Amino acid sequence: MTNPTKTPVAPGPAREPGPAQDQDGRQPAREPARIRRTLGAPLRSPGVTLSVLVLLLVLGWAVVPEWFTGRSPLTGTPGERFRPPGTEHLFGTDQLGRDIYARVVHGASLSLRATVAALLIALVGGVVLGLVAGFFGRWADAAIMRIVEIMLSVPPVLLSLTIITALGFGTGQVAIAIGVTSVAAFARVMRAEVLRVRTAPYVEAAILCGTRWWRILPRYILPAAIGPVLALAALDFGLVVLAISSLSFLGYGEPPPAPEWGALVAEGRNYLATSWWLTTLPSLTVTVVVLAANRLSRVLEAEGRNR
Amino acid sequence: MNVVNPAPGTASPAERTGTPLLAVRGLRIGYRTSDGTHIAVDGLDLTAAAGQITAVVGESGSGKSSTAHALIGLLPAGGSVLGGSVRLQGEELTGLGERAWREVRGRRVGLIPQDPGLSLDPVKPVGGQVAEVLRVHGLATRRDATARAVDLLAEAGLPDPAQRARQYPHELSGGMRQRVLIAIATAARPRLLVADEPTSALDVTVQRQILDHLQGVVTTTGTAMLLVTHDLAVVADRAQHVVVMSQARVVEAGPAEQVLTDPQHPYTRRLLADAPTITARAPRRDRTDNTEPPDAPHDSTSPEATGATAAPLLRVTGLTRAFPVRGAGLSRRRSRTAVDGVGFELDRGETLGLVGESGSGKSTTARLILGLERADSGAVLLDGADVTTVRGAARRALHRRIQFVYQNPYASLNPRFTVEELLTEPLRNHRIGAKEQWGATVRRLLADVALPAGTERRKAAELSGGQRQRVAIARALALGPELLVCDEPVSALDVTVQARILELLIDLQERHGLSYLFISHDLAVVAQVSDRIAVMRDGRIVESGPADELLRSPSHPYTKELLAAVPGDRRINSATEDTSWS
Repeated sequence: MTNPTKTPVAPGPAREPGPAQDQDGRQPAREPARIRRTLGAPLRSPGVTLSVLVLLLVLGWAVVPEWFTGRSPLTGTPGERFRPPGTEHLFGTDQLGRDIYARVVHGASLSLRATVAALLIALVGGVVLGLVAGFFGRWADAAIMRIVEIMLSVPPVLLSLTIITALGFGTGQVAIAIGVTSVAAFARVMRAEVLRVRTAPYVEAAILCGTRWWRILPRYILPAAIGPVLALAALDFGLVVLAISSLSFLGYGEPPPAPEWGALVAEGRNYLATSWWLTTLPSLTVTVVVLAANRLSRVLEAEGRNR
Repeated sequence: MNVVNPAPGTASPAERTGTPLLAVRGLRIGYRTSDGTHIAVDGLDLTAAAGQITAVVGESGSGKSSTAHALIGLLPAGGSVLGGSVRLQGEELTGLGERAWREVRGRRVGLIPQDPGLSLDPVKPVGGQVAEVLRVHGLATRRDATARAVDLLAEAGLPDPAQRARQYPHELSGGMRQRVLIAIATAARPRLLVADEPTSALDVTVQRQILDHLQGVVTTTGTAMLLVTHDLAVVADRAQHVVVMSQARVVEAGPAEQVLTDPQHPYTRRLLADAPTITARAPRRDRTDNTEPPDAPHDSTSPEATGATAAPLLRVTGLTRAFPVRGAGLSRRRSRTAVDGVGFELDRGETLGLVGESGSGKSTTARLILGLERADSGAVLLDGADVTTVRGAARRALHRRIQFVYQNPYASLNPRFTVEELLTEPLRNHRIGAKEQWGATVRRLLADVALPAGTERRKAAELSGGQRQRVAIARALALGPELLVCDEPVSALDVTVQARILELLIDLQERHGLSYLFISHDLAVVAQVSDRIAVMRDGRIVESGPADELLRSPSHPYTKELLAAVPGDRRINSATEDTSWS
């Protein structure tokens, strides 16, 4: 049997030095002041305000698309093919006379649902694996972390494609593929945090009070360790949107009539020379959403670190 | 009195006449916070004379460190001098610009910071850090700075200075680092030295050497020193003038002799009364011995208590634990023996004080007894039953009888829990009482540790250090243990709070018939609570015996050294033979 007890702490990709412990007993800032500082200061920057507005708009598209467009995303008017962007058709129309703006708005729900599902899979899977590996150590740690390292050593696209090929095509399958691929990174960050929290005197004090592991894990370790993992999830949001669009661009998502963002870009490719808006405007939408998500998550991460 | 004020004639006489070197008048310092300005220092008056030590004493938060930082123009972000004047050799320092401050700092005012572990650049050899001061102030050229730095290190009492100058801070011990910091502070021969708790991070024996050295610097060079400290005993030994601060204000000031022997302000009196000394033993000494522990309210857990025979409650024999050390070579695995054949006995209702400096293995011993570490060899016997290697359910059962109080109450309580949750945790885990009675039990526990009703609804983060330590003690008592292992339970607390916690521990011992294994680096604290004392060094117990006897006539040289190093003996014992340092 090997001796895995002294496995070196592998720093996760987003590993930050742990937040400074409040050793000298300074009273923490009062609650309203803290909330004001957390939300107030970033909102003063125009870039962040814009990002929030963009994300709110896209969220609106996803939840209530009919408020934003009266047209159908699936049925077009044959007489209005290849209309350029204008007042009537904001993003123009495609080869079947469908309004591209309507397709983008209705596609938001598909894309965002897949994004959230992928992040949830990554988060839950990573947190559970990281908790088990970090807390129990020894062979559990060794086994889990070796699997995680194998997953990290395979290029993510290849891994995603392998999973989709096994599961079949569809937005749900794409979400699963992306989520499972991201589990490894989340597990490493979580494990590093758990290792830090586990040595805190109050955890040992809980053991001395007779608290059993199944109570220590959710009540002591999880709340103290999950911060950086949530920050990583926020950072990953934009990347996951991009990854899901990429896979559906490659044709692994919903079959054609569905207005998924990546699929819209793919369909438009055939008419790139004559009708630029077919690819450009949906692509720009994805780009803007990813940029907005990244900007906001950076701010949230910085705030979380300063706290 | 002259015994304590060493040779005033050695200071340059020109400095002694006329205005004092440093005169602070009505200094006000404030910090901007999200809810307005917090006044840290309010109307401080202070003078420091050449060749003398002026001490600023107070508890944490009293504004003494802010004063020190203001004198060197380094208030932390958000802090600013709101009013008053600071005159150094007649020149006003408040309102100086950053460029002017650079001329003053180091050159005219030197700072000796608190924590030698954090105050040196970890990636630069220490000699270079001393030389930098000389070069910044134009006192040496690039070429002779290195040689001068070695001289300064030698002057600061660093052994083998030429070689040490090439070493990095992590290669030096805490005391050596503090000497390097002293060399840096004194490099440019400033007229005023500000020492902000210069020894509170050091062991007592090292502390004594450093203070001796500083005192020598002051008397031989005629420098004025402002000694900021929480430790009244240090003041009693060293300072000529004392300024006592409490809640941002000066409550008393005057010659050290007068303030310490005839304090006027109630706060000073309390501070003096609460300072632990070896000579002033706690009042519980006169109680009769531990033949019958008082009826414990924690009934069910101590059935053996009735049948207690001559067997000690806890017997530790030959306890050894080594930790692997990551050395230079990959192949060679060395180990450091933290605990090396430790053995002692502890009777019911008795307190055994375990004293030692940092690294002596006392904390590891505690963890071995609690089953938090695995012993390499040796045995821990509780009531004759071997509990050295208990795991799982047996270890949980053990923790109903032995509980632990941590050093740092800020780290040992889960900051997310309310006090009620913290205290119900052990009750729930061991299914003590019905769920409906937990609330009542929590209130009883809080009353036990003299915390007001209503505390149970607050979170640990909202409590002060002393209150937190009371909660930690209450949590330890929740399981009705027979033995409480206290690892430095008061060393993170202010003097007056420390005294209250020690009183509480003694009171609880009498009411519940507890036994204590009381671990501390502070001989004076241990002396207050212990029936017997064991002195640890390098993982071994070098001497043990009844407290009175051991303190009166120590036999081992290390114990003698420790006793001699305890500050505060000199003046309080009306200065016996201590004139040897200079």
